[in-house]
Amino acid sequence: MKKKNKAELWIAFAAIALIYVAVAILEQTMDNNHIIFTVLKKGAIYSLVAVSMNLLNGFTGLFSLGQAGFMLIGAYTYSIFTMPTAVKLTESVYKYYEAAVKFDTGIFVGLICAGLAAALFAALIGLPVLRLKSDYLAIASLGFAEIIRAIFQWDVLGPVTNGANVMRNYLDLTDVKIPFTDIPFPPTLYVFLAAGVCIALIVLLINSSYGRAFKAIRDDEVAAEAMGINLFKHKEMSFVISSFFAGVSGALLAMYQYTVQAAQFKAAMTYELLLIVVIGGIGSISGSCIASFLYIAASEWWLRGLDMGKFLGIDAPNLFRSGFRRFVFSIIIMMIVLFFSRGLMGDREISFAGLIRRFNRRQTAGATKGGGIDG
Amino acid sequence: MAENVLRLENVTMQFGGVVAVNNLSLEVNKGEIVALIGPNGAGKTTAFNCVTGIYDPTNGMISFDGKTIVANHPRGKMKKLYAGENAKRYTGVRTVDPTPDQVTKLGIARTFQNIRLWKSMTVFDNVLTAKHMRARQNVFSATLRLTYQEEKRMREETAALLEEQNLLQYASDLAVSLPYGLQRRLEIARALATEPKLLLLDEPAAGMNPQETQELGEFIVQIKNKYQLTVFMIEHHMDLVMQFSDRIYVIDFGRLISHGTPAVVQADPKVINAYLGVSE
Repeated sequence: MKKKNKAELWIAFAAIALIYVAVAILEQTMDNNHIIFTVLKKGAIYSLVAVSMNLLNGFTGLFSLGQAGFMLIGAYTYSIFTMPTAVKLTESVYKYYEAAVKFDTGIFVGLICAGLAAALFAALIGLPVLRLKSDYLAIASLGFAEIIRAIFQWDVLGPVTNGANVMRNYLDLTDVKIPFTDIPFPPTLYVFLAAGVCIALIVLLINSSYGRAFKAIRDDEVAAEAMGINLFKHKEMSFVISSFFAGVSGALLAMYQYTVQAAQFKAAMTYELLLIVVIGGIGSISGSCIASFLYIAASEWWLRGLDMGKFLGIDAPNLFRSGFRRFVFSIIIMMIVLFFSRGLMGDREISFAGLIRRFNRRQTAGATKGGGIDG
Repeated sequence: MAENVLRLENVTMQFGGVVAVNNLSLEVNKGEIVALIGPNGAGKTTAFNCVTGIYDPTNGMISFDGKTIVANHPRGKMKKLYAGENAKRYTGVRTVDPTPDQVTKLGIARTFQNIRLWKSMTVFDNVLTAKHMRARQNVFSATLRLTYQEEKRMREETAALLEEQNLLQYASDLAVSLPYGLQRRLEIARALATEPKLLLLDEPAAGMNPQETQELGEFIVQIKNKYQLTVFMIEHHMDLVMQFSDRIYVIDFGRLISHGTPAVVQADPKVINAYLGVSE
């Protein structure tokens, strides 16, 4: 059994390496303005935040809806830290305020600080909020995200956050260089690498002793506590770690978008993420990743025609107009919830043994069916 | 005199106006198997929950290994409502109110009346997770696998424990897929994984036939000797209680009505009355 697990692991590693090689090759050979790169970048960023949400909602059993708030903190921290001081002193960004933060850092430091800032906020909020259960935790965290959004647009904080105005001219994906050279780093590959490292860390955490403790809390709090697991400590830990990675993904989103505005991080964004987590399967990392890419591809690419008057070659400007995409999207989601009530993956992970088994079953099922018709 | 492991002094637990446990004092000595019996609703599980930190008793003190682990006196609203005895006795004592995990860390492990295994986990993981408390790793070293040796040791110990309980063949099955009797046994194995000195068993033989009950009794004696445990259990199966326990405490309506060796308790008219009612 152990040997088989090891083989599975190597196959998984090989598959992930293959994805990275494919992304690298794609980026070198295709036109970089193609929509697929938007999907890949945004999909990778959403994968990270969906996985971080899954760590909290799926593995620790804490139903929290504060993800957009933590992404906002991450995005702003990153943009404030990495905006060159020279830019801060001119009027190009801080038009109505005098910038208060008069230093700048590199991209890597910016990303880490973005995570740390989100984690710090999470630690403070966690103290009162994590004593609440189920629905109340969701309400409190959702409220927090809304408050944070308002605070970041607050006039008084203008010298730091630029009020309700757009942040821009900080270091974005085009400023990423291959270390020790001046050659730009392929942006899609960079997002994939950054998100990949973070997701790998979360996977390692989930499969460690602490991850098992989280699952124990999810399954039965009373039993977990009776077996010596400190509920508050572990919940707080899960909350802080999840927020750290939400902060990092917020920073990556800022890098990808070139501009950041607090008004963007609405509750709708958290619902989008919740949708991804539910569609992917609560408690499945690979499910969250697959669902992120599918969701982004559908909303940004495949269903775009529904808003633009032309879809699958059908030209019907009266039907396919702005807003119709959301209508179709809702129906698709309802279908998924009806027919895959536990999400695409349930709480399992994707595995090649599983795929082969499923494929075989389908074939044998097909064969018997075929035989039936013949008979 | 034998050494006290667990000692309850005048423990009273009152919920609103209901006194579930009333002025209960008892002692469990090292190496004993002590049973707590009583009719349904007598307050046995409530007494257990007071010991394990799930409830905070209204009044009284509990000590473990000579150290006070729980102490309380009527406070706040309970000051007026309190209907138990010794209301003033512990007012000077500093309140100690541990959470269940702190109690477990001191060396008191328990099982539950209605089995509470972790449902989505395998048999192996159920036991392995109970070892988390005693692990010395922190979240960073665990995530980055810097303490992989400790993890390896934990896994080996878990395998050894399961082997000994004849559960190793089910290691990779889901805990809930086991037959009922084995789930009970797994719950005991999980409690043992926390390396306790005192084991609290809440109706370990519930739902078992006489044959299984007998086996369970032998099993309890066996693990008691092997791990130098002290066992304190709630049980309804009188054959199990009478055959395997050294001493018995009987409570009814939250009050201690009798205690002593099985023979003494069996002959006590108060016990017979509590179970069968008073004859006219």
